[in-house]
Amino acid sequence: MDNFANLLDGFANVLTPMNLLFALIGVTIGTAVGVLPGIGPAMTVALLLPVTYGMEPAQAFIMFAGIFYGGMYGGSTTSILLNTPGESSSVVTAIEGNKMAKAGRAAQALATAAIGSFVAGTIATVLLVVVTPPVVQFAISLGAPDYFALMLLAFVSVTAVLGASRVRGFASLLLGLVIGVIGIDQSGQQRLTFGLPQLADGIDVVVVAVGIFAVGEALWIAAHLRRRSGEVIPVGQPWLGKQDWKRSWKPWLRGTAFGFPFGAVPAGGAEIPTFLSYVTEKKLSKHPEEFGRGAIEGVAGPEAANNASAAGTLVPMLAIGLPTNATAAVMLAAFEGYGIQPGPLLFTRESSLVWTLIASLFVGNLLLLVLNLPLAPAWARLLRIPRPYLYAGILFFASMGAYAVNAQPFDLYLLLALGLLGFGMRRFGLPILPLIVGVILGPRAELQGRRALQLSGGELHGLVGGWVSWLIYATIAVVLLWPLIGRFVVRPLRGRLVTA
Amino acid sequence: MSGMTTRPDRGGDLPPRPPAVPDIPAQPGPEAAAAGPPPAAATAPGADDPAAGRTPEESPAADPAADAVAEPAPRPDRAQYGVVAFLALVGGLVIFDATTRIGRAINTADPIGPKPVPILLGVLLLVIAVIYAVDVARGGAGEPEAGEDVDLTVPVDWRTVLLLIGAFLVNAVLIDRLGWVISGTILFWGSAYALGNRHYVRNLLIAVALSLITFYTFAIGLGVDLPAGVLQGIL
Repeated sequence: MDNFANLLDGFANVLTPMNLLFALIGVTIGTAVGVLPGIGPAMTVALLLPVTYGMEPAQAFIMFAGIFYGGMYGGSTTSILLNTPGESSSVVTAIEGNKMAKAGRAAQALATAAIGSFVAGTIATVLLVVVTPPVVQFAISLGAPDYFALMLLAFVSVTAVLGASRVRGFASLLLGLVIGVIGIDQSGQQRLTFGLPQLADGIDVVVVAVGIFAVGEALWIAAHLRRRSGEVIPVGQPWLGKQDWKRSWKPWLRGTAFGFPFGAVPAGGAEIPTFLSYVTEKKLSKHPEEFGRGAIEGVAGPEAANNASAAGTLVPMLAIGLPTNATAAVMLAAFEGYGIQPGPLLFTRESSLVWTLIASLFVGNLLLLVLNLPLAPAWARLLRIPRPYLYAGILFFASMGAYAVNAQPFDLYLLLALGLLGFGMRRFGLPILPLIVGVILGPRAELQGRRALQLSGGELHGLVGGWVSWLIYATIAVVLLWPLIGRFVVRPLRGRLVTA
Repeated sequence: MSGMTTRPDRGGDLPPRPPAVPDIPAQPGPEAAAAGPPPAAATAPGADDPAAGRTPEESPAADPAADAVAEPAPRPDRAQYGVVAFLALVGGLVIFDATTRIGRAINTADPIGPKPVPILLGVLLLVIAVIYAVDVARGGAGEPEAGEDVDLTVPVDWRTVLLLIGAFLVNAVLIDRLGWVISGTILFWGSAYALGNRHYVRNLLIAVALSLITFYTFAIGLGVDLPAGVLQGIL
């Protein structure tokens, strides 16, 4: 019960007035940016990174934890009240949520989303506490070849599993890996710096993330700005009737069961579990005829799945140092910004920090519930912010954050170049996540790969370690060859079954 | 809210779009080649895109689509060949840098050295460029990103984008000379103007307030590096 004691210490750290204030700031900012169109939690953490370097790491992470969960919750408010989800994980919520809102049941939709998020977030965080230590134990036994293989798996899975077009995913990943190469490498040689001293230290991850997310998004939206914003459905105080409670609690639990495992495996993401949850609830519901017209189960389940999957992504991020979504990737960069190496050693070296972070997830979750039920009408008003101010503000804070990293205007030009890259990627349907993961994990993968080859004296067999790396390479092969396997193995088999 | 997840492109067919001629303003240096926008250009006669009438600087990069004759509708999204050219260009640049500019590793304990990884990436980029080109030729198209405030039925509004880039560059040029409070004010006011807001005085007040608040909270309160510039001693 060592971990339990650590967790209690974590709670003791969070429950000081100052740290509670940071948690409150985090969930407030997180919900606000989640509600606001065009801003997501990953962008927010990236924007806040440079301004938090002066803070204690623990306080910064308490705030980030709040932003993490707050952003999730805010996104559901937008999709329920506006029916134009910005995140693919909220798409499913919008299906029934917006129908409910149109039928005058916005208060119930928001309430089941908020309470469902709280239930799912709390259960998933408990699971995180239970699951992470064994994963850490396992990760400690891994060597450089295994880590290299794991990172390759992360690359392949964010690229090939999420998103439909593999070639566009790989193009994005390779661009990210190239950006990660820029700078002085481990042997002291300058790569892709073109003699520019500002590039010698590489491009800061904050500049990349802010450029691609914030500037790219603002430019892209500006190019296609909807002149008449969508109709915001007015909402009062969220509440649930007895019948709604009865219909919601099972979907919450089932959604959590779908969401957490998908979040915890690389490339699980939030889309698949939210969709699975929706389909399951539709099948199990006693009111299937309501689906498509605003069934509360169709909001409760997917919202819980969404939140549980967000908590699940923290397992590989904390235990192995593998980010599986954009926010986790930026939080990984944040750890490095504070000179902390994520991975299995994190739990021994920075034990207090990690458990404070986990405790603040519980606290943030509770704060969100307390904050969001009464504040829902205020959040709904936020949706009416004039769009010129919103996007001008994004560019304003993006410039400030990027400049603050190194205090040099050069980074602003770099930011614009990356923003234009982000613009082009949105125009041509190149996914963003592989690029970010490539930038952040690329240098680490190279380090582990070169370390592995160093041990073997440069022979390629050095990249293959124990059974773990074999297993991972096999998984990568299956993922990469899946279209062929589907065509030549699965389909003929299915055909035989049908004829038999 | 592209933050959490990237929207999976569903590979659906694009509605025929008016051709977009992107203007690439003064690139900040060679690094832009690695980080710039895909040089895309697909000019077709009879385009009704308002931006086409203006005088955009043509992207200098070689573009296989530029000399292609427009076919009758449904027209494939030929601007995608610009992405192919961009990927090939980056790949070539990475290989060039790795083979000519990176020195030999001195450390014998590191048998790999700094070269193979960039060379591998460059080769993969060239391979992906070829596959991409084949995909485009076979009618593949990426779906432009949707969002709450995005209306994909209207063509790209280049005037707004260029004005925003202008406001952004003015801030980059002036931030060290005049300080964040002034350059940030110009950035916010200019961006709001570019996005179509015409409350000049109200916007100026908001911009000044925002710049002052951020300066005092972050530069003075949290010790973030924001220049005071000419207002040094006054703020």
